[in-house]
Amino acid sequence: MTAELEILAIAVVTAVAAALPGTYLVLRRTAMVSDAIAHAILPGIVLAFLVTRDLSSPWLLVAAAATGVVTVALIEAVVRSRLVPEDASIGIVFPALFSIGVILVSRAASDVHLDTDAVLLGELAFAPFNRYAPGGVDLGPAALWSMGAILALDALFIGLAWKELKLATVDASLAALLGFQPALVHYGLMTMVSLTAVGAFDAVGSILVVALMIAPPATAYLLTERLGAMVGIAVAAAAVGAAVGWAVALALDVSIAGAIAGACGLLFAVAFLLAPGRGLVAQARRRSGQRLDLSVSMLLVHLLHHEGTPVEAEECRERGLHRHLGWRESWTRRVVGRARERGLVARDGELVLPTDAGRHLADRAVIGFSR
Amino acid sequence: MTALLTDYTLRVVALGAGVLGATAGALGCFAYLRRQSLLGDALSHAALPGIALAFLVTGSKAPLPIMVGAGVAGWLGTLAIGLVVRRSRVPADSALGMVLAVFFGVGLVLLTVIQRRPDAAQAGLESFLFGQAASLLRADVIVMAILGGGCLLALALLWKELQLLAFDSAFGSSLGRPMTLLDGIFTLLLVIAIVIGLRTVGVVLMSAMVVAPAAAARQLTTRLGSMVLVAAGIGVVAGVSGAVLSSVVPRLPTGPTIVLVLSSVVLMSLVLAPRRGLLWRRVRLRRLQPAAALDPVLMHLYALSRQHRDDPDHGHALAVLRTMSPPGSNLERALADLEARGLAHVVGDGLWAPTAIGRREAERLLARHSGDRP
Repeated sequence: MTAELEILAIAVVTAVAAALPGTYLVLRRTAMVSDAIAHAILPGIVLAFLVTRDLSSPWLLVAAAATGVVTVALIEAVVRSRLVPEDASIGIVFPALFSIGVILVSRAASDVHLDTDAVLLGELAFAPFNRYAPGGVDLGPAALWSMGAILALDALFIGLAWKELKLATVDASLAALLGFQPALVHYGLMTMVSLTAVGAFDAVGSILVVALMIAPPATAYLLTERLGAMVGIAVAAAAVGAAVGWAVALALDVSIAGAIAGACGLLFAVAFLLAPGRGLVAQARRRSGQRLDLSVSMLLVHLLHHEGTPVEAEECRERGLHRHLGWRESWTRRVVGRARERGLVARDGELVLPTDAGRHLADRAVIGFSR
Repeated sequence: MTALLTDYTLRVVALGAGVLGATAGALGCFAYLRRQSLLGDALSHAALPGIALAFLVTGSKAPLPIMVGAGVAGWLGTLAIGLVVRRSRVPADSALGMVLAVFFGVGLVLLTVIQRRPDAAQAGLESFLFGQAASLLRADVIVMAILGGGCLLALALLWKELQLLAFDSAFGSSLGRPMTLLDGIFTLLLVIAIVIGLRTVGVVLMSAMVVAPAAAARQLTTRLGSMVLVAAGIGVVAGVSGAVLSSVVPRLPTGPTIVLVLSSVVLMSLVLAPRRGLLWRRVRLRRLQPAAALDPVLMHLYALSRQHRDDPDHGHALAVLRTMSPPGSNLERALADLEARGLAHVVGDGLWAPTAIGRREAERLLARHSGDRP
C-alpha cells in the first residue's frame, strides 16, 4: 500500500469512528461536548507523558480518555449547582483545562516534540511514518491499527447498547422509569466520545474531530427519520467526506484534515439545499406551489363573484384580470394557465369563466376564509 | 508590579489585554444572558479563513485588513448558523459546532496555501491560533483600543434596546422594535470583541474571555448594569494580571495565564458569592436542616397525643415513632433536641410525650402550613 492510500484508509476509518458516537451527540443536543472533550484532553495527555516519558505509550490514550470523562463530569457538576447555564459551563470548563495543558507543555514538556498546534491541528500526512511493527514485521501504520480498534469498540458499544442508547436518547425519563439507567448510558457514550477524540487527535487534530463528529450525522439527520438509517447515512457521509477531502488535498497539496472538514461541510450544504422534502429547494418549491394554489383560489373567487353580473365582460376579461387582481401580468398568466391545467376555468372568447369544479373550489375557499 | 510602569513591552501587552478584557467582559454579559455563551467560541474559530484570505489578498500582516477579514468570516459564520437553525431541524448546538469546525478546516487549508508561498512575511499568522500577546505592538493596541472603545460606546447608546434583546426579545418585537436588526448589531459587536482578542489569547481560548467574566459577575449581582460593570472590571483585572504574571514567571504563556486567572475568579465567585454561592448555600442548609428533622417528630408526638386528650402526659414508645418516620431518621437525636428546647419530655421508660409548650408549638406550625393536614 502506498503512503497516499494508507492516509486514505486512516482518514476513512477515523471519520467513520467519529460519526458513530457523533450521531448520538447530535440527537441528544450535546454536540458541543465533543468540542469541549477534544480540547480538554490535552492536560491528560501531557500529564501521562510526564509520568511515562513516552509519546507512544498506551497510557496516554487511557489518561486522555479519562480526562474527557472528567471534563463531562465537571461540566455537569457546574450545571448541577444551578448557578451557571449549561452552555456557559462548557465555555468555562474546557478553556480552563486546555490552558492548564498548554502551560504544562510550555513549562514541563517543552524539551520534547509535544506541540500544542500538533494536538489542535494534527497532520495526517505524517501518520504513515509511525509504523506498527511487532517483532520487526511491518503491519502498516500505527494510526490505522489504533483507529481501527477504536472503530471496532465504537461499533461494539453501539451494537450492544443499541436499545438502551435509543431509548435514553429519545426519552431519558422513560428510560429511567423502565430501569435502563440513562446516566450509565450517558457516561458510556461520553467514554466512547473521549476515546474516539483521543485516538483521532493525532491523526486529524482536535478541532477537526469536532467536524467529523457533528457534520456527517447532521447531514444524515436531514435525510432520514429512522435511527438505523441515520447511523448508516452518517457513516457513509463520513467516508465520502474523508475520501473527497483526501483527493482534494492531494490534488492541491493542502492540509488533508482541513480539506476533509471542508468536504464534510460541503456534503452538509448539499443535503441542506437538496434534501427531499426538507431541503431549501424543496421548501422554496413547496412555498411557491402554495402561493400559486392560493392565487388560483383567489382568481376563482374573483370570477365567481362577477359571474353573470353586468360588469362580467370587463371584470373577467383575460387581458384585464391582472389589473383587477393587482397582480403582475406574467404571474396572472401563470395562475390562469395553472387553473386551466386543473380544469377549474375555461376560455370563452375573451372571457375566463369558472367550470363547475372551479365554482366548487371557490365556494370551499370562501367558506374556508370566512371561518 | 513596578515593571508595569517601567517596562515598555509589558505596558503595551497589559494595555492590550486590559482593553480585550473590558470589551469581551461587557459584551459577554449579553451573550451569557441570551444563552449564547458558545457563540464566541464558534465565531473565533470561524474567523480563521478570513484571516488567511485577508493575508492572501493583501500580502501583509497589518492589523486592520486582518481584523476586517476575521470579522467578515466570523459574521458569515453567524449567518450560516442562523440559516441552518431557521431552515432545518438541525439543533442549534450542532449547527454551531459544525460551522466552527468546518470554517476552521477551510482556514487550515488556506493556511497551508500561505505556507507554500515563498515570501517571509507569512510567519506570525499562526500566532492567531494560540495568541502571542508578547508580539503586540503599539499600533496593534491603538487599533484594539479604538475598536473596543467603539463597542463599549455602542453598548452604552443601545443600552435599553440590548437589555430588551437579552431579557424579552418577543416583547421587543411586539413593541415594534427591530429585534432582528438588534440581534445582528449585537453579533457584530461580539465579532469585533473577538477580533480584538485573537492576537492576545488566540482562537481557542477566546470563548473563556467572553463567558467567564459574565459567569463570575452573574453570581455577584442581580442587576444588568452592575453585572456589565463587574464583568468588564473582572476582564480588565484578569487581562492585566495575566499579562504581568506571564512576564514575571518564565515560560508562562500569556493567553492561558489570563484564562486561568479568569477561571479562578469564576471558581471563587461560585463558592463564595454572597447569597448565591455554594458556601453560603451550605451554611443556610446546615442552619435549616435540624429544624426540618425536628418538626416531623414533634408533629408525630402531637398527633399521637391528640388521641389521648384526657391524658396529656400519655407516653409513646420510640418504636411507634420509628414506624411513623422515614427509615434511617435519627430519632434519638431529634428527641434529644426537642427535650433540650423544652418541647418534649420523657414520661416513662422509653416513653415520650410532648410538653404543653411543645403542643402549642405544633399547633403554631400547623397553622402556618395551612389547613391541609390533620
